[in-house]
Amino acid sequence: MTETLPATRAEYCVIACADAWRGNGEVLASPMGAIPSFGARLARRTFSPDLLLTDGEAVLVGPDGQTEGWLPYRQHLALVTGGKRHVMMGASQLDRFGNQNISCIGDWRRPDRQLLGVRGAPVNSVNHPVSYWVPRHSPRVFVAKVDMICGVGYDSAAAAGPSATRYHRIPRVVTDLAVLDFETPDRAMRLASVHPGVTVGQVQEATGFPLVLPDEVPHTREPTAAELRLIRDVIDPEGRRDREVPAA
Amino acid sequence: MTDKTMTPEDVVGRLRSGMTLGIGGWGSRRKPMALVRALLRSGVTDLTVISYGGPDVGLLAAAGRIRKLVAPFATLDSIPLEPHFRAARQRGAFELTEVDEAMFMWGLRAAAHRLPFLPVRAGIGSDVMRVNPGLRTVTSPYEDEETLVAMPALRMDAALVHVNRADRLGNGRYLGPDPYFDDLFCEAADTAYVSCEALVDGFPAAALQTLLVKRHTVTGVVETPHGAHFTSCVPDYGRDEAFQKLYATTPWPEFAARFLSGPDEKSYRSAVDAWHEEQR
Repeated sequence: MTETLPATRAEYCVIACADAWRGNGEVLASPMGAIPSFGARLARRTFSPDLLLTDGEAVLVGPDGQTEGWLPYRQHLALVTGGKRHVMMGASQLDRFGNQNISCIGDWRRPDRQLLGVRGAPVNSVNHPVSYWVPRHSPRVFVAKVDMICGVGYDSAAAAGPSATRYHRIPRVVTDLAVLDFETPDRAMRLASVHPGVTVGQVQEATGFPLVLPDEVPHTREPTAAELRLIRDVIDPEGRRDREVPAA
Repeated sequence: MTDKTMTPEDVVGRLRSGMTLGIGGWGSRRKPMALVRALLRSGVTDLTVISYGGPDVGLLAAAGRIRKLVAPFATLDSIPLEPHFRAARQRGAFELTEVDEAMFMWGLRAAAHRLPFLPVRAGIGSDVMRVNPGLRTVTSPYEDEETLVAMPALRMDAALVHVNRADRLGNGRYLGPDPYFDDLFCEAADTAYVSCEALVDGFPAAALQTLLVKRHTVTGVVETPHGAHFTSCVPDYGRDEAFQKLYATTPWPEFAARFLSGPDEKSYRSAVDAWHEEQR
């Protein structure tokens, strides 16, 4: 029996992403980015076997890529409003109450940097759980206030009223340093766990607003030996995870 | 039965400056690029363009033909940010109505069903409402009394779409994994022009669900092999990634001079073939 090497930073990230879909049942897991996608496939193969996955286009696929259904954009957007989905989106900016921006930086009327556009963030965020993945935790991403609200945060949903809050939920934010959530009385962002090797001070320093800090900040959980084997040998044998999050 | 076949030049000859123009496909996938290129060779400008944006938007924006864009994004898929769309936005070259992907779909559906709007749970709580002060909400007349966004119909003067096969009457068939919204674009428009990889005399009785576009919604049919180039048109061909990269990294005047200054689609093909030959 060969000795299992300890988990890398990227592997803690994969685990933290996978755990976002724990207990979700038979819903579509929509990961954006390599590490969330490995996390979704790990969850599907282990503790959340009922998850649905796509090939990134119009085909619903099983764990080994076998076709199990058809989901063209028109059905995908309809599924979103039915709520049977949990997406993990990226964020160019993310603020203290979970407002997310992928549209543009600067004044919307004439932006300094035009990015993607709002895409599906507005519809996603008021219809089903939306988590976020930030591969480089920095004050440029974690800002006091986003320039353009694409994904709706807790404060904006509350201000917009019951039809915005009804299905709104941001279960977690995973970064290369930590896991964050909004389990606070006023729904301000809280540090939920730090990845082993990261300090609380490091996370706060990389965040452009004060985080809610519990008295004891736990470490992100260890992957099991079986999970590490699946990540290394089955899901990402080429090591693409290390290109998204290099070893600390 | 009316034979609706025409040339790309015939299509563009029916378009006018100031029109509202819908463009089918999604991102850098099955875009009616030959028709867009014909448009670029014409003097038609001052357009309101409605699109799940890809290089169609980039090309028209770079050439200064867009007065107003209605879109949830513009992307090249394998290259996430559309460089010419970005540059045009950053220099304030056109007005933008930025809506969410699902709002856009409901806008197409409202237009296709001749409704003024459709209620949708999207946009509410986001800055889509701030940057589009004309957007209104509607309150449910039933007990729930929910307040939703009233997405206005996206009616258009003309729609351009590209499919894999079509007959001379305007029936269109797609063979790839996703129909996108091409049937809705045709239904939402006063006139619709369908380009295709190949004209056919009829369709096989099997796979009826691939018969996407119906002739009663179509004004003209154009046979344009490689008409979606450089976007993907599977299974006929995939995206021309090398050429797309060239498009994304070449200064616009240089790209336009080399590939878009010829008299027709054939000259574009020759220029592309010559470029690929040089890369060997």
